[in-house]
Amino acid sequence: MMLQAASDPLLKVENLVVEYSVGGKTIHAVSDVSLDIARGETLGLVGESGCGKSTLGRAVLQLRQAVSGKVLFDGHDLTALRGETLRQMRRRAQLIFQDPIASLNPRRRIGDIVAEPLVIAGVRDPEERRRRVNEVLSAVGLDPALVSGRLPHEFSGGQCQRICIARALVLNPEFVICDEPVSALDVSIRAQILNLLEEMKARYGLTLLFIAHDLAVVKAVSDRVAVMYLGRLCEVGPSEQLFARPAHPYTALLIEAIPVPDPDVRPTQSVPVGEPPSPIAPPSGCRFRTRCPRADARCAAEVPELRLVAPGQLAACHHSLI
Amino acid sequence: MSGAALLSVENAVVDLPTPRGNLRAVDHVDLAVGAGKTLGIVGESGCGKTMLSRAILQLLPKKAKLSGRVMFDGQDLPALPAEKLRRLRGRSLAVVFQDPMTSLNPVLTIGTQLTETMQEHLELDLGKARQRAIELLAAVGIPAPEQRLSQYPHQLSGGMRQRVAIAVALSCEPKLLIADEPTTALDVTIQAQILDLLAREQQRRHMAMIIITHDLGVVAGRTDEVAVMYAGRVVERAPTPSLFKQMRMPYTEALLAALPKLDAAPHTPLPAISGRPPDPTRPLKGCSFSPRCRYSAGRCGTEKPHLSAAEAPDHLYACFHPITAGADA
Repeated sequence: MMLQAASDPLLKVENLVVEYSVGGKTIHAVSDVSLDIARGETLGLVGESGCGKSTLGRAVLQLRQAVSGKVLFDGHDLTALRGETLRQMRRRAQLIFQDPIASLNPRRRIGDIVAEPLVIAGVRDPEERRRRVNEVLSAVGLDPALVSGRLPHEFSGGQCQRICIARALVLNPEFVICDEPVSALDVSIRAQILNLLEEMKARYGLTLLFIAHDLAVVKAVSDRVAVMYLGRLCEVGPSEQLFARPAHPYTALLIEAIPVPDPDVRPTQSVPVGEPPSPIAPPSGCRFRTRCPRADARCAAEVPELRLVAPGQLAACHHSLI
Repeated sequence: MSGAALLSVENAVVDLPTPRGNLRAVDHVDLAVGAGKTLGIVGESGCGKTMLSRAILQLLPKKAKLSGRVMFDGQDLPALPAEKLRRLRGRSLAVVFQDPMTSLNPVLTIGTQLTETMQEHLELDLGKARQRAIELLAAVGIPAPEQRLSQYPHQLSGGMRQRVAIAVALSCEPKLLIADEPTTALDVTIQAQILDLLAREQQRRHMAMIIITHDLGVVAGRTDEVAVMYAGRVVERAPTPSLFKQMRMPYTEALLAALPKLDAAPHTPLPAISGRPPDPTRPLKGCSFSPRCRYSAGRCGTEKPHLSAAEAPDHLYACFHPITAGADA
């Protein structure tokens, strides 16, 4: 599978395959996915639940073992690293999860939670640790003097997500994977956290992989967007271009399905019935064909390869809309 | 519309005792829904929208205290004896919850759950109830409905389970369906299908509906009237088109502005609402939104604005400094 090479990729995923076995059956979670993320770029990864987007994120950080494929981080193949060398590399990449409250140990104080990565990284001087923790807590908009001694239950979901972001940033990573970082938050708090992520990205020069199911949220923060369906990439392209002119019928369907807060925009009734098939037995050929209005015999027989449909935009479809 | 309303809630107050003191979950709420109409109740977590729906259904937690009136189809619900209430619920007053797993019984087959309701409320025999169950499952878009009757909820996907929960709710031809975040647990493509399904069944049955949601996008194209709640109160209420045409309450406007827009360029900073909702056990003296409101001034911090109408009689808002026409949002 060929992908247009980013000029200076920090992360390069090549033909990654991740499978799990559940009750003797194989779940094809990620099937032959390739993508790259340029230094300083935010790549949004969207798809519905079960499409493999979170598994892909975890496999990038080697929290899931890949069946095959490579994950090149700054030129090093993470899938070939083990033990201490992998740990060293992992410090440069961090993860932020969906449920901020569940991500924090309820019995530890905020100061200790945020300092933990430093302890693991071998920063021995407590004074140095305190300095770094205070700096990063202030950066995410919390007063270190007020929050350090408190426990997670004393904070709201939005504040807990700020704490998780602080913990992810304390080691000065280059790359952060945000896995549905705002889906558990209310609208008014969601905007605060999205703005904070953008600020942190600028301040610390981060490269982000932003995983979410909400297209509007993804568009708000991403330079490029990748759309995933049932373990495969359907389409990748610059955000604005992809939303204005989607090439893959699935991307078009996702965009159409978003409820628009405007009563003059009548909800479309053209959304096809049906649900994603099981990743245990994905359809042959194009995996979207069972729900696709354009599907024909070729779609069942042949897996569509990602190909260039517009500058920087690739789609895996035999009957692409462009 | 108060005269002909199917449901009217007057001056409803729900108090919950907590270890930290009294929590006023619903604070003097008035609402009305006419037969066949759709009301959207919009608000963030903790605003009291779910407690309000529980108050309507008379399904409040035991220790909760409700005052005020809830009139449904000519009957004062809080005054009804338990048995009468039970007959009413499930029959003319139905509900669909956010998580279909909480409303479906995991150890009973889909068929049993559907036929049981109809045997109980409509006094159908098993054969007739089964026949109707198959029709209902087909109506809510479940393929191979006969086979589904013998399946258990865990054998279905989330979207399918929500369809079954809707089929159960519709089975006795309710006059009012309360849908509490019916699509929040579902993916976008499934969400659109479920909302279409609810709208279609509503029209066909001339049923009234209350959609409770945190998403202004969900109510925009699918309701006749919208009530926006904040900190236990209704802060703005209007026919859907006039609400979206001219939001008067700064909270409603801020809520809409904080949503990422599909037509905005990437990396556009979002106009976030600073701070967070007040602690419901520590009620504020003035307007509950005033500490977060960019228009807050003068008496906003000391006096509670009442929900009232100014120019249009059906557009109500609780604000001393409403947004006026022509002001930039």
